[in-house]
Amino acid sequence: MERTAVRGRLNWLVAEVVDLIDETGTVKSIVLDCPDWPLHLPGQHVDIRLTAEDGYQAQRSYSIANPPAGEKVVVTVELVDDGEVSPYLIGELAVGDQIELRGPIGGYFVWTPEHGGPVQLVAGGSGLVPLMAMIRALAESDRRVPVRLLTSARSRETLIYGDELRRLQSSLDNLEVAYTLTRAQPADWQGYSRRVDQQMLAETSWPATERPLGFVCGPTGFVETVAANLVALGHDAARIKTERFGPSGG
Amino acid sequence: MTDMHLDGNALGALFIDLFGQEMTDQNGCCDACGAVNPFGRAVVYRDAPGDVMRCPDCGAVLIVAVRTETRLRVSIQSLRWIEVLE
Ligand SMILES: Cc1cc2nc3c(=O)[nH]c(=O)nc-3n(C[C@H](O)[C@H](O)[C@H](O)COP(=O)(O)OP(=O)(O)OC[C@H]3O[C@@H](n4cnc5c(N)ncnc54)[C@H](O)[C@@H]3O)c2cc1C
Ligand SMILES: [Zn+2]
Repeated sequence: MERTAVRGRLNWLVAEVVDLIDETGTVKSIVLDCPDWPLHLPGQHVDIRLTAEDGYQAQRSYSIANPPAGEKVVVTVELVDDGEVSPYLIGELAVGDQIELRGPIGGYFVWTPEHGGPVQLVAGGSGLVPLMAMIRALAESDRRVPVRLLTSARSRETLIYGDELRRLQSSLDNLEVAYTLTRAQPADWQGYSRRVDQQMLAETSWPATERPLGFVCGPTGFVETVAANLVALGHDAARIKTERFGPSGG
Repeated sequence: MTDMHLDGNALGALFIDLFGQEMTDQNGCCDACGAVNPFGRAVVYRDAPGDVMRCPDCGAVLIVAVRTETRLRVSIQSLRWIEVLE
């Protein structure tokens, strides 16, 4: 898909917090109203900047969770206990507060239904955020691109977007979702109960002969393991796009 | 951070500052091994005081960027060529 160059630097914009949604005990979605927001693409991220009273600044990247929707930007943040930025975003930010962000950023780890498929998504922990933007865009589209998601979380309590995924899975016949809970499983658990490995990928994902477009996102170690296993299963490394979030979660 | 690298996507904003356009889906050629990869696939270490971007195939250092209070100092290292949108 050709696009034209948009030249210039990314300016910091001021957005207002219009809603806060508890996703799990340690994960919150922050709904922002951002005047002059250019339409973003599923998979892109924003940089968020905090400034302390003494002028000290810290900035971090957060994936955009919602499909393009006017001036609305949603990010979903997982708490890193001893972190600098995420505890503030989760514990102190309130509706009505203003926050600085810039974006949208990214042109590589991006997918829209127009890109076609089939598509293989693999998420570890909060790595589901940019993939959820892709799934939400799929749900809004009349292109019935076949998409499979394998998502890994520590426990049912830490599985984000669980109810929405179950709804979408039953309403979209082109979406298949497989789950694994790596640390604790409820008694009636039907999904996998271990870390993602090659056998699980072979059972849940498109075979390499289908030449799927792959998007793998999550903590760095998770992404490394999954990408290596997909290549070992015969997938073309150039068709597997990765986004590493750093040490966290999974 | 120890060996907790990110990928070129994490430097998307830096590239926009440098090149004035989105670069993660544009290609660069490593001068050390000749591999051609989109910037988004590069291996990135965000260690203070700067960001280091390496070739995903051979590990050669492609770009080092260091921020001072008022400047961004960028050292272009093992890059034979890059492509940008016209
Ligand atoms: C492109 C991109 C997109 C991202 N999207 C999201 C997103 O949608 N949602 C989200 O929650 N995060 C996302 N992240 C991660 C996010 O940018 C921060 O790294 C994370 O919120 C931790 O920041 P912090 O300031 O709280 O912790 P820091 O102060 O940076 O770190 C504190 C301590 O925790 C360690 N640490 C750092 N990051 C993590 C981590 N993730 N888990 C465990 N330990 C860690 C550090 O080594 C340090 O010891 C994304 C990262 C990238 C590069
Ligand atoms: Zn190289």
